[in-house]
Amino acid sequence: MHDEEVLGKAYDARLMRRLLEYLRPYRRQVGVAIAAIIGHSIFELAPPYLTKLVIDEYIPAGDLSGLGAVAVLFLVTLAGSFALEYVQTWTMQMTGQRIMFDLRMQVYRHLQRLDLRYYDRNPVGRLMTRVTTDVDVLNELFTSGVVSVFGDVFTLVGIMGVLIWLDWRLALIAFSVLPLIALITQWFRRHVRDSYRTVRTWIARINAYLQERITGMATVQLFRREARDFVEFDAIDRRHRDANVDSIFYYAVFYPAIELVSALAVALIIWIGGGWVLENTLTLGSLVAFIMYAQRFFRPIQDMSEKFNVLQGAMASSERIFALLDTPVEIVSGGSAPRNVDAASRNPPYVRRPGPSGSGDSPAAGPGAIAFENVTFAYVEGEPVLKDVSFRVEPGQRVALVGATGSGKTTIVNLLLRFYDVQQGRITIDGVDIRQMDLRELRSCVGLVLQDVHLFSGTIAGNIRLGNEDISDEAVRRAAEAVHAAGFIDRLPQGMATPVAERGATLSVGQKQLLSFARALAFDPRVLILDEATSSVDTETELLIRDALKVVMHGRTTIAIAHRLSTIQDMDRILVLHKGRLRESGTHQELLAQRGIYHRLYELQFQDRSAA
Amino acid sequence: MTPGRRLLGYLLRYRRSFVVGFLCVIATASIGLASPWVLKHAVDDLHAGATADKFRFYAAALLGLAAAGGVFRFLMRRIIIGASRGIEYDLRNDFFAHLQRLDLGYFQRHRTGDLMSRATSDLSAVRSMVGPAVMYTATTSLTFVVALMLMISIDAWLTIIALVPLPFVTASVRYFGEAIHRRSEAIQQQLSEISAITQEMLSGVRVVRAYGQEPFEIERFRASNEVYFTRNRGLIRLQGVFNPIMGLLMGTSALLVLWLGSREVVAGRMTVGELVAFNAYLAMLAWPMIAFGWVTSLIQRGMASWKRMLEVFDTGPAVTDADATDAIPDVAAIRGEIEFRHLTLAFGDRVVLHDISATLPAGTTTAIVGGTGSGKSTLLSVLPRLHNPPPGTVFIDGVDVRHIRLAVLRGAIGFVPQEPFLFGASLSENIAFGWSQPPQDPDGVESAAAIARLDTDVRDFPKGYDTVIGERGITLSGGQKQRTAIARALAVDPKILVLDDALSAVDTYTEEEILRRLQGVMRQRTSLIVSHRISTARGADQILVLSGGRIVERGTHDDLVTRNGVYAELHRKQLLEEELAAS
Repeated sequence: MHDEEVLGKAYDARLMRRLLEYLRPYRRQVGVAIAAIIGHSIFELAPPYLTKLVIDEYIPAGDLSGLGAVAVLFLVTLAGSFALEYVQTWTMQMTGQRIMFDLRMQVYRHLQRLDLRYYDRNPVGRLMTRVTTDVDVLNELFTSGVVSVFGDVFTLVGIMGVLIWLDWRLALIAFSVLPLIALITQWFRRHVRDSYRTVRTWIARINAYLQERITGMATVQLFRREARDFVEFDAIDRRHRDANVDSIFYYAVFYPAIELVSALAVALIIWIGGGWVLENTLTLGSLVAFIMYAQRFFRPIQDMSEKFNVLQGAMASSERIFALLDTPVEIVSGGSAPRNVDAASRNPPYVRRPGPSGSGDSPAAGPGAIAFENVTFAYVEGEPVLKDVSFRVEPGQRVALVGATGSGKTTIVNLLLRFYDVQQGRITIDGVDIRQMDLRELRSCVGLVLQDVHLFSGTIAGNIRLGNEDISDEAVRRAAEAVHAAGFIDRLPQGMATPVAERGATLSVGQKQLLSFARALAFDPRVLILDEATSSVDTETELLIRDALKVVMHGRTTIAIAHRLSTIQDMDRILVLHKGRLRESGTHQELLAQRGIYHRLYELQFQDRSAA
Repeated sequence: MTPGRRLLGYLLRYRRSFVVGFLCVIATASIGLASPWVLKHAVDDLHAGATADKFRFYAAALLGLAAAGGVFRFLMRRIIIGASRGIEYDLRNDFFAHLQRLDLGYFQRHRTGDLMSRATSDLSAVRSMVGPAVMYTATTSLTFVVALMLMISIDAWLTIIALVPLPFVTASVRYFGEAIHRRSEAIQQQLSEISAITQEMLSGVRVVRAYGQEPFEIERFRASNEVYFTRNRGLIRLQGVFNPIMGLLMGTSALLVLWLGSREVVAGRMTVGELVAFNAYLAMLAWPMIAFGWVTSLIQRGMASWKRMLEVFDTGPAVTDADATDAIPDVAAIRGEIEFRHLTLAFGDRVVLHDISATLPAGTTTAIVGGTGSGKSTLLSVLPRLHNPPPGTVFIDGVDVRHIRLAVLRGAIGFVPQEPFLFGASLSENIAFGWSQPPQDPDGVESAAAIARLDTDVRDFPKGYDTVIGERGITLSGGQKQRTAIARALAVDPKILVLDDALSAVDTYTEEEILRRLQGVMRQRTSLIVSHRISTARGADQILVLSGGRIVERGTHDDLVTRNGVYAELHRKQLLEEELAAS
């Protein structure tokens, strides 16, 4: 929360250059928008001049047809103004949207590649802000910020030009108030920036305090802290109010001050210009036009001062987005098969599994022998979770990983899928170091069934085949039947096409398990990794799951973090991890006979379940 | 009371500000309207040929009017917007105070983010309604009416002509306003859809990677992003037309006035000065016409937000002092005998506690043992009425807890929750959390910390007890958090000490150490300890074994071990685990 609130400087040349890079592909549109803005500013300059014409030429002459002509001319400028404003709004806003689209895709693609370590460090909420809010703040910069500043500048320059052309002496008099404007604007900008910052700081404090107290309300009430907390909250809330009242002061001074200066300009024009009108060195129409222009002169200046906050917010957001985009990805495909997600994503359909005709060392084509060789790994430096672990799993062999919480079982799974890279030693599949493989091929030969089944929004069938269009409806059906999921699916109102509620809320734990088995089966991997759920299910489902597991494991190299005795007993071999080391290995019976760690673990973890 | 009337109550607190503010509005508007009048005279005099003195007067008058107008505009903004900030402040304080009175169940049913957004973005919408919206409504309507009257006084017929585009302005403001609002909502909806997809991907990132679903996820996101783009295009199409149309309609008025007005001048029915002033008034009308649409949407959004805030205000707290009597007047009068009498508790249809009866004599220690979901934590939570027990089921010193004032009841209990919640403040402030004053004397804090065995850890902290913990300070380990929570409970010197599995993250050695130190202080208190470790329960005067919300076994450690039931099995497993840890 706190880093979201830090505001950097309003203008950073380096960031700005990088932001402008995003405009480059749309330079034609930007060009059109700027041309439209210039045209629009010119048309907007017309009415005062037309008024001058009417007062100086046609009224004194009583020329009614001349007045008609002016009206027609006026109409033309109105129509032109209308068209150009439309063109400008449309092209610029659409360009802004296109850039946001691109930027969002870029951020999202990068998120798909970032290491899991990055995810460990950054909470989901923060990453979501990057994709949504931060990108939207930038949108404002492109649409209302940069472009309308262009418009404001052109209006200013245009008015100055017309004034000089009409009467350069009076123009100089009108411009004489400009230094005052500059001073006021400077003063306003400085104070508004500071008070905006102060207000943001206090709003952040209010949010943090509220968040903390709401989350910890039970503790607050238990310790009767309500009164003291209220006093604390009141103090923060009061500071926030006072900071806001301060900022009102600056706005309340700024607008009238600009108006006063504008009145000063008009007064000077009347006083001095009026004399010239009497001396006949200035026409009355010009004087009126001058007054009208002078009043239009100050609007763009006010506008530009207000754009300041937009700019500031955009700079902060872009800094955060770029920081995410600049985070390097460490875990990438090995040199032998350079392919990446970006390229693949542009070429649908997504053929994920290479055919059996793949190259010789392609793991998907190989038999699926896994070897850990002296693997050491730590999530946090100096606290290794795996220490010098070595084992081999032969093709088609089924191996259970057993150990107490924190013994390193899940880490083995994480390393095998290259969610993290080993720090010492190596892991091979069919003799190839997994770091040399193409990431997608590595993962395509491994099927993962996690204990916390993650369901996506979509249908039941969609959750089995996921995005893989190669898996036919029939294959989905077969997979569901094989793992006994078809039974409950057919009882759902729309069968396979039933939508899955948010995170599968309407499905039972057992049903979700069966679905995840169907998913693994449909993908038909050489290697199956199973992180079995600990949660208990009713006996009937338990039997279904047990049976389904046998089907899924059939003919595949399997590594299972097992919690069910039935699963353990089906395994060819059991590896016992203890405090990061591989301590025992053998079949269930052999290990029990050893009466070592496994024996105790067995009594602790599995014996209950056998009774159930 | 209607929502509007309830808001009015808050406005009335600032009635002086609003009255003075409105006077300033009137002054601002009238002074603003006077300038074109001066201009009219100046132009007419110029036309007729006047003396330079007169111009000096007009110039000074214009400047004077602008200065006076500026002062009133300053005051108007300062007073009215200032009052709206005051109302915001009052509302936020009231909102917070109301949240403090709501019960635990309410916070379990409502997401923190949702409550936060009501206290921040909704409140800010309400603020915009009572401040800027009120101010602009007042200025614009006043300016509109008076400018119109002045225009009529110059030339009634020309005024009617100038107002020809007005119905179109109103119609397009209404049409576009509604359409833009609708499309903005659709865009917001799509943005939540994008968030949902992102959230789903982020939380399932392992599955996405393992199944090589990245391209599919990117495609899904692209599709959603495209819909967002398309919807935005629809909005831009409207906005792209709306602003130019307003310009066109206003311009048409100006065109008609210049054309027909100058014909009037030629015909001698109007002076040049009047034409100039008329034009100036027309320019003043433009803003109110646009502002009305904008102000309407501010008010609509403000009312919607206010109703959302009222939903919270209208939720009465479920746990109150409504039944309180003076049977136990203050904390000092509590001895600490606890009794559960046929306590059955259900959340909706789900019964979590079945017919619990037990007596805990003052000064004794009771351990509660049982598996996950057996109802241990719920049983503890009814004691300080975090969840309200039914009447006549939970007693302290023979008095129904519902008859004891909450302040007295909770003041007598030192509660250590399962997952202790610590606050982002210094360690000493956290330990002295239950004190009525911020900690001044370090003794109380330090002795509580010593019993919880936190003292040795604190020596390594950069600023000792002044070290800030949490996000902005150092991160405590799970065990340190639990021990801080124990110290916090001890610091209030409670009559009843409740530990809800409060030592789970502490290693066995430290646990024994803490228990040994606690024994000293527990002798004068009634203690209730939930634990999954037998070692903790062993020394208790009585042990209650819970399963499925019922008490299935009760007795002392020795009794229960010989009984060969649930407790004995638990005991056996624990011994095994200890052996395992040692190997």
